[in-house]
Amino acid sequence: MYAQMVTSEATQEDPQKLAAFQARIDAGEKIEPKDWMPEGYRKTLIRQIGQHAHSEIVGQLPEGNWITRAPTLERKAILLAKVQDEAGHGLYLYGAAETLGVSRDELTEMLLDGRMKYSSIFNYPTLTWADMGAVGWLVDGAAIMNQVPLQRTSYGPYSRAMIRICKEESFHQRQGYHIMMKMAQGTPAQKKMAQDALNRFWYPSLMMFGPSDKDSVHSAQSMKWKIKMNTNDELRQKFVDQTVPQAEYLGLTVPDETLRWNEEKGGYDFAEPDWSEFFDVIKGNGPCNTERLAARNKAWDDGAWVREGLIAHAEKRRAAKLAAE
Amino acid sequence: MTDRDALFEYLLRLGDNTLVLGHRVSEWCGHAPVLEEDIALANTALDLIGQTQMWLGLAGDVEGEGRSADDFAMLRDVWDFRNLLLVEQPNGDFGQTMMRQCLFDAFHFDLLSGLAGSTDDRIAAIAAKALKEVTYHVDRSSETVIGLGDGTEESHRRMQAALDLLWPYVGEMFMPDAVDTALHEAGIAPDLPALRASFDTRIDEILRQATLVRPDNAYAHSGGKTGVRHSEHLGHLLTQMQWLQRAYPGAAW
Repeated sequence: MYAQMVTSEATQEDPQKLAAFQARIDAGEKIEPKDWMPEGYRKTLIRQIGQHAHSEIVGQLPEGNWITRAPTLERKAILLAKVQDEAGHGLYLYGAAETLGVSRDELTEMLLDGRMKYSSIFNYPTLTWADMGAVGWLVDGAAIMNQVPLQRTSYGPYSRAMIRICKEESFHQRQGYHIMMKMAQGTPAQKKMAQDALNRFWYPSLMMFGPSDKDSVHSAQSMKWKIKMNTNDELRQKFVDQTVPQAEYLGLTVPDETLRWNEEKGGYDFAEPDWSEFFDVIKGNGPCNTERLAARNKAWDDGAWVREGLIAHAEKRRAAKLAAE
Repeated sequence: MTDRDALFEYLLRLGDNTLVLGHRVSEWCGHAPVLEEDIALANTALDLIGQTQMWLGLAGDVEGEGRSADDFAMLRDVWDFRNLLLVEQPNGDFGQTMMRQCLFDAFHFDLLSGLAGSTDDRIAAIAAKALKEVTYHVDRSSETVIGLGDGTEESHRRMQAALDLLWPYVGEMFMPDAVDTALHEAGIAPDLPALRASFDTRIDEILRQATLVRPDNAYAHSGGKTGVRHSEHLGHLLTQMQWLQRAYPGAAW
């Protein structure tokens, strides 16, 4: 769930065209880049796919934080592969967004100057090795909840990107859970680290789904367009129901004293996260917002001479080739 | 020095080169100038760490004292490392990282090509596998050095500065000692001085296309692959890499 609180755009277009468009979506057809689409559909998708792409890119940072300190060569290799996958996801998603008429550079600029957001979760610090486990298990686990249904989203390029991404995400979640398992079965210090990671990442993971949107007009429009497949509450419930038994299996305690199985609804009752914290993080006041954005800006600014150099060289080659012809 | 000692020492050199360079390259994760480079750098680091597991794993078998690749990586101190000084040099800017990569890749490619014909089947098999990856590494790093050398005034200036800075670390790669000579005579490893000619031909062509000037300075720092005198940089790298294993001895991860 790397797109949060994406507001859908109102659409004022020819009602006949809109109805025909909606009929295609209702029939389960995929909308392709050259097809007619309402302006609101296009803009909402750019926002949503862009936010997802940015989350993959910024999401490299909290895990990259531990690559140089991974405890074994195998863990280091797995973590490198995972972070590399995430950069790859960013590439497919920027590619999908480009089919809607916005360039990767434009989207990047909007990330760097704060006009576009990335998932709130990446504004939390990764403090111990167990956080690599918690991020894989909980954060990727939450992402999968949202991304699996999005494989059926109405926009063709987005749907195809999601299919590729989902294959890799399930491996990510498994490696995270495996780290947690090793630590939960390890020394007392390791177990303490694992519990501490769960304590710190539980509520921020629940926040990944965004506040309740069951009454939101924007969400209703996005769901009608099949850009959004489930409400935030449905996904959050599903995530909790899946994750609590996994925590029990690890012998770890979910930091929620109100957590109870509710036979009637066939799911857990659980405490809502502190939404004021969520809005603080969204506004830029999370523990790592400043560092994350500064790191991305620095990478971009420090890399300007590289991008310019490579472009200049490519142009010289092209000119030389033309002259030779 | 017995044959086994020489072989063990040689395998540590191979594994420590890929370990230390893989670690250095992995420091870039999430900070590269463009997304494709982030992916390529992570991919290179991943290849190098994979090669490390094979070389140091074999070193453990040859030593026969039950040490694993992880034990070698995480529990030795600076003086026991046998990597070249070149690979432990800090990343600097992206140009310096790619220049270091290109100089090492050009050497690594020829070295592995020789090792793929080793009389030791285990070494030949690892070298053949690694060579596939390093063929891509050398293509990519040389293309990047050419592109940036021949790019803008600024990129040219930075690449020349990187070359000047790193050139004194080239010589150590080709300087044979008793270990190299023993392995070459046994048909296990290629003759290092003989690799130099191929390296020079390749690098001269890259530098020509990159419009960079090969430094006059023939001085070569040494002490990395013998472990006699590493640079100050290696200790800091190990501090980070080994921290968890040192702080929580005996834990399984």
